[in-house]
Amino acid sequence: MNDLTSLTIHEAHDLLKQKKVSSLELTKAHLERIAAVEPKVKAYVSVTEEIALAQAHEADARISRGEIGPLTGIPMQLKDNLAVNGTRTTCSSKMLENFVSPYDSTVAKRLKTAGAVLLGKGNMDEFAMGSSTENSAFFPTKNPWALDRVPGGSSGGPAAAVAAGECLFSLGSDTGGSIRQPASFCSITGLKPTYGLVSRFGLVAFASSLDQIGPMTKDVRDSATVLQAIAGYDSMDSTSANRPVPDYSASLKDNITGMKIGVPKEYFDGVDADVGEVLKRAMGQLAQLGAIIDYNVSLPSTPYALAVYYILAPSEASANLARYDGVKYGFSANAPTMWHSMEQTRQQGFGPEVKRRIMLGTYALSSGYYDAYYLKAQKVRTLIRREFDEAFKKYDALVTPTSPTPPFKFGDKVADPVKMYLSDVDTIPVNIAGIAGISVPAGFIEGLPVGMQLIGPSFSEETLFRIAHAYQQATGWHKLRAPVQ
Amino acid sequence: MRLSREEVVHIASLCRITMTDEDIARFQDQLSNILQQFEALKKVNTEGVPPTAQSLSLHNVLRDDSPRPSLSREDVLRNAPQQQEDQLRIRAVLEE
Repeated sequence: MNDLTSLTIHEAHDLLKQKKVSSLELTKAHLERIAAVEPKVKAYVSVTEEIALAQAHEADARISRGEIGPLTGIPMQLKDNLAVNGTRTTCSSKMLENFVSPYDSTVAKRLKTAGAVLLGKGNMDEFAMGSSTENSAFFPTKNPWALDRVPGGSSGGPAAAVAAGECLFSLGSDTGGSIRQPASFCSITGLKPTYGLVSRFGLVAFASSLDQIGPMTKDVRDSATVLQAIAGYDSMDSTSANRPVPDYSASLKDNITGMKIGVPKEYFDGVDADVGEVLKRAMGQLAQLGAIIDYNVSLPSTPYALAVYYILAPSEASANLARYDGVKYGFSANAPTMWHSMEQTRQQGFGPEVKRRIMLGTYALSSGYYDAYYLKAQKVRTLIRREFDEAFKKYDALVTPTSPTPPFKFGDKVADPVKMYLSDVDTIPVNIAGIAGISVPAGFIEGLPVGMQLIGPSFSEETLFRIAHAYQQATGWHKLRAPVQ
Repeated sequence: MRLSREEVVHIASLCRITMTDEDIARFQDQLSNILQQFEALKKVNTEGVPPTAQSLSLHNVLRDDSPRPSLSREDVLRNAPQQQEDQLRIRAVLEE
């Protein structure tokens, strides 16, 4: 890996500011890195070289006028379910293979305004449904730490691109763990912000009460910088929270002495013994930094979160994906009548996991089953939220594994949906409660990354950054770069 | 709880997805297996617990009903599979 592609955002920013490097040099170095490693990693659905070079020129012009912000001239990737005007947004689905967005998502617009440079769009599980990128209709992404293993999902392309030095940062979306689990698998930092903190306008909808966009970066400082650029009220998203955005970088200065961190025991049930050991060491380090760790926390409704999620998310998805009818945009099967065309469009345009979830959601919402499934799941959702609310009266944050296992091999889980779903068992409760969670690198098992998840109450991103940053300063796992060449 | 073949066919028709016999058999197994996992929720006492639809305490967010520019016709039609005279063209709705 050459020097420029191993940098963090803040290191690259310092070089740009001191005029030791130009955005064009930085951008070209990343395009070269993409050309070199993409045949192995396959993290990009599309590379937008022309846009990148034009935006880099523009950024250099701004910098020469002395107008430099923290993201000016910084090369980035975006997950391919985020709309960028005039570029393809495929969701890694045959349904949207040739769809060109007619407008910018709010996050893309804000990053453009901040001067970031778009290198391209990241591969994902189709419509963000999956935990390994094996559900991409185009190709799976490989883990840059071990090419025979999955990078996690659904934001596997973004996680692998950041880990392999193919961009300085990316944005993912997280409905049940789709930022944090791949961040854990690829040894990067991934934040799922509080529901409502980042506008979902221009994010292709999966499960609207759970979806949230967040930064995927090389360290916590970069995560704070990217969140600062994308957070805040947006009238185009009716679930956007109208509240002031704090200065996230300021929270990195404080130590964590006396902070109270709880360890909910249910999150360690069914976790690989090796992963448990890594977490034990990480918690020991948090204690050494002055945090008060309580190992006896219980959130008894946790075991029900997976079932709640696999009722609510497919139900919402079945409604959101009804729009793909082959009439207005997207893939359209040729058949003599409208109904035949619609049924064949959806048969040919959606992959197996998407169909499975549409079927599941349609069943859960259908007449006679609504109370037993959907309504029941919404009630248990309330119980899960209440338990978190109670816990956060006593603790500043909770610490758990991000995923029960290190990255697994291709083909290990794809044949058994229930087995695959278990990969998100530790991240799902956070989406159900709408609160904030971050995954940071916590070590390795035989060369395979393991992540630590920190969970905080709604709008506690400053607290999570503070703890996670202190941990990174003391450990340095985040400084190790993936070996792929 | 095991779904019958007829139930799977019915769900597929509600979803407007054509299925082969092979698809139906596979989904019958997989969906039944997933629904089995949901049985655990029956054990949870939710008496008197209100449902949560979303995690923010928001109610009916409305904007002012004022005119503003929308996407151009050209932009909207750019992704249309079939179009005619500046409009979306759909296939025959009524069968003969």
